[in-house]
Amino acid sequence: MKKMISRRNFLAAAGVVAAAGVLTACGGSSSSTAASSGAASAAGSTASGDTIKVGVMGPLTGDVSVYGKAVVNGATLYLKQVNEKGGINGKQIEILTEDEQGDETQAVNCFTKLVDEGITALVGDVTTAPTLAVAAESAEYNMPMVTASATAEAVTYDAETDTVNENVFRATFTDPYQGVHMADYAYEKLGYTNAAVIFEKGADYNEGLAENFIKEFEAKGGTIVDDESYSKGDVDFKTQLTSIMGKDPQVVFCPNYYEDVSKILKQARDIGMTCPFLGGDGWDGLEGYATADQLKDAYFCANYAKGSNPDFENAYKAEYGEEYPNGFAPLGYDAAMTVVYGLQAAEDAGLEAGSDEYKQAVIDAIASGTIEGITGTFTFDEHHDPVKQTAILCFDGETPVLKEMF
Amino acid sequence: MTVFFSQLINGLSLGSIYALIALGYSMVYGIILLLNFAHGDIIMVGAYMSWFVMNQLGLGPVTAVCATIITCTVLGVVIEKVAYTPLRNAPRISLLITAIGVSFFLEYTAELVMGSGAKVIPAYYDSKTFMLGKVPLGLTSIITLVVTVLSMLVLTFLVQKTKLGKAMRAVSEDMDAARLMGINVNSTISFTFAVGSALAGIGSVLYCCSYPQATPTMGSMLGLKAFVAAVLGGIGSIPGAMIGGIAIGLCECFVSAIGLSAWKDAVTFAILIIVLLFKPTGFLGRKVQEKV
Amino acid sequence: MKNNRKTIKMPVRYLMNAVLVALLFVVLSFVTKDMLSTYQNKVLLTVGINIILAVSLNVATGYLGQLPLGHAGFMAVGAYTCALFTKYSSLPGGISFAIGLVLACIVAGLFGVLIGIPALRLTGDYLAILTLGFGEIIRITLNNIDDLLGFKLFYGAKGLKNIPKYSNFTNVFLCVVITCFLIHTMMKSRHGRAVLAIRDNEIAAESCGIQTTYYKVMAFAFSAAFAGLAGGLYACYIGVLNPSTFGFMKSIEILVMVVLGGMGSMLGSILSATVLTILPEATRSFDSYRMVIYSLVLILMMIFRPGGLLGSYDFSVSRIVEKAMNGELFHKKAEKEGADHE
Repeated sequence: MKKMISRRNFLAAAGVVAAAGVLTACGGSSSSTAASSGAASAAGSTASGDTIKVGVMGPLTGDVSVYGKAVVNGATLYLKQVNEKGGINGKQIEILTEDEQGDETQAVNCFTKLVDEGITALVGDVTTAPTLAVAAESAEYNMPMVTASATAEAVTYDAETDTVNENVFRATFTDPYQGVHMADYAYEKLGYTNAAVIFEKGADYNEGLAENFIKEFEAKGGTIVDDESYSKGDVDFKTQLTSIMGKDPQVVFCPNYYEDVSKILKQARDIGMTCPFLGGDGWDGLEGYATADQLKDAYFCANYAKGSNPDFENAYKAEYGEEYPNGFAPLGYDAAMTVVYGLQAAEDAGLEAGSDEYKQAVIDAIASGTIEGITGTFTFDEHHDPVKQTAILCFDGETPVLKEMF
Repeated sequence: MTVFFSQLINGLSLGSIYALIALGYSMVYGIILLLNFAHGDIIMVGAYMSWFVMNQLGLGPVTAVCATIITCTVLGVVIEKVAYTPLRNAPRISLLITAIGVSFFLEYTAELVMGSGAKVIPAYYDSKTFMLGKVPLGLTSIITLVVTVLSMLVLTFLVQKTKLGKAMRAVSEDMDAARLMGINVNSTISFTFAVGSALAGIGSVLYCCSYPQATPTMGSMLGLKAFVAAVLGGIGSIPGAMIGGIAIGLCECFVSAIGLSAWKDAVTFAILIIVLLFKPTGFLGRKVQEKV
Repeated sequence: MKNNRKTIKMPVRYLMNAVLVALLFVVLSFVTKDMLSTYQNKVLLTVGINIILAVSLNVATGYLGQLPLGHAGFMAVGAYTCALFTKYSSLPGGISFAIGLVLACIVAGLFGVLIGIPALRLTGDYLAILTLGFGEIIRITLNNIDDLLGFKLFYGAKGLKNIPKYSNFTNVFLCVVITCFLIHTMMKSRHGRAVLAIRDNEIAAESCGIQTTYYKVMAFAFSAAFAGLAGGLYACYIGVLNPSTFGFMKSIEILVMVVLGGMGSMLGSILSATVLTILPEATRSFDSYRMVIYSLVLILMMIFRPGGLLGSYDFSVSRIVEKAMNGELFHKKAEKEGADHE
């Protein structure tokens, strides 16, 4: 045991030296947070009673980093705000950030690293596959974790064995929920009776939305005239769109991420398609990627309606020097809020940080709590999914505006 | 039938972009037997250049097209000089790993500088759709096809009729013999890279007309597809690259059209495998007899 | 003069190596238990898995001289085989894991034969693209197939979950040792020499009566089988399988390990797999720069050491011991020679 401590101290000291080196060398904003957390962790090992360590992880580099950065930035923003207001019962939150590059192996490594560093709760992970791996690993530690954005049902609830992953929560709504919701909205509110679907196959999120949309839309009495799919990395959708155009639907449901959506919309107009499109929360971020003409009569559902919380948007801009990039940032913010809500309860109970009772207290508090997030006030159902209202947005020119809550 | 013709046009325009990129692959392979993995990433850099010129500098599309093609050409030559020339006599696999390294370097640097989010490239021109009977025909498709055919003609002329082209053919036939004949091998190879990369630049512009987004990893899959196209057509052959590119474009479109889009890449690879088994050098590749 | 050279007898050599390996195991298991954190242990397991991958690809690349780009495909086959077996068998943990790993080897090896027979008719870059194609087909198939004959097995893109996590330091270490031992002995055997002969000159080898196709496919299948083993270990390490893990980039990653280490050098593969796994973890604080640095290192390495870190050098304890023994002899020999001259 003695050996272990001395080794850790040595590593921590080395970390401080390295971090200081990086800090003086670059002085960049990202490295400075890493450095400060590194320095703090060195101090933390001697005085861990004064801070609460919270892990934040996501893909900060690699091809999904645009989502990862948004989540991590959003979460970090909230945690910093808590610190500014005096922390949790006077204890400051220490933020430990790890980059997992969107890779399962690295995600598990990052997670265990954070556990070794003594985190009491985790905000993460971001994309579905690494989140599943982390969820499987975190069960061993009963570590409370709140994912901002992993929509797959399996993250919190295992249908195979019919068990709920007790320690995992999510801030975003699930795939089935969105699909069903949009089908209802299209049929009931917008009055469409026949629709087509185009989605990315082989991706959990897109498939989940599409399947459930189709099921619900047909159950309501509508007709799905065509469902087309494409695979990851595709850039040419004209073939699928041409097929869809041949069936002449009233509306096309396009539950994909905004970068693909932008291409689909452009190509649809290129081949002379004029019907409107509908989408899911992956559309949040589309602003600047599509023209007003392409977005005519388009609707999508989202967790967060842009402009509905100027405080958050201004704070984000002040902190990171840019507009919040997409819907992942507010979700990261809310995920952090959920974690802090749980920690608050455990701290109030006066439990020892990191102990089993402490973790359980955090989990219990979240499971029964009500979180007043910026994406709406929500509670958790028995599958640890949030119960909240959906914002339906339409476009004024190129800018999304809140149409109504549905 | 209308749908069939529309799909045919879609396939042709997608295929021509593959063909243009495959040409660059094919030419480089023909001359130094290198699978230039960085070729796709040159296209990526070109796309960012278009974005930079039009979106950041606010200059017109003509400047953007010129800047893109020049950037790609220069980049291709620089890569060749810095990374590939020192390895001319090294084992082939080292050269391949270097190419992979260059590809990674371009991708990660782009990510570092530009971020991983997609940048939207402003339209070069107002896209229009013409009706050919009942078949809609996009202006973009027409431009893509015309530019590809033109590039191909110019390239064939360059390789078959000019002195430089003759030198290129000689070097690819036998580097040492060409050197003995007084051909400057180094500058010929650089010239080949320049031409190949310029084609990538043109490909980049055409690509951005159809799919106006730039991301750091956009080149890798595109490069891989073009590579498959080059091998399918017979690597080292100009008409082969054209045929291979269009064959893959059409194949992808029709597989998607019958509703199997998720299997599209698998079908493409399966066709490649079958062709290679029966014609190990592709459609138009030359059979090289191995000497003992 | 040659007769004077002292050599170590074969059984002694084996014994020596076995003792060294056992020693290493004892030291490492002591270290992992008491000195390393959970995180460092996890990294160590990945190192082990990557070592098996690199060493196995080295058979096809370094020893056979081909350039397969579909190694991740074989890994995927092994991973899914082992995962499905351990998940659904009702045998006790250790036994089901062992059988699962053996099955992973066999199935991946069969795939190796299946792909090797057509692929090895081609050479060089054509073979590279063909194996790449097969690897991608395996991945796409896994991604698009949810069930097999009505049984819900693969779960496609949703990912195969609830795989029992059996991998630990002991069994990964054991697998690394077995892999290295089997590959080493195979390469030193008559079969191995035939494979090397084919690499050096296929036509000459053929004219000496070596059945080139047979040995090529054999080496290829051997390589695939151990990739399957690594896949099996990976599946029971991570607990969740997703086909996208086994893409083209994974194959490239393994290839880079082999080439950087030096093709045909087992020690090189082991070293570079270790370094290339630990280095990214150790440079976490550099975040966004590390991948750029990695690619630069790759280019510079190839420019200045195109043969890889160790070239084809391989480490052998017995050889060093022999040299030490003969080193004394060398002095005597020199004296003797000197005396002769006089």
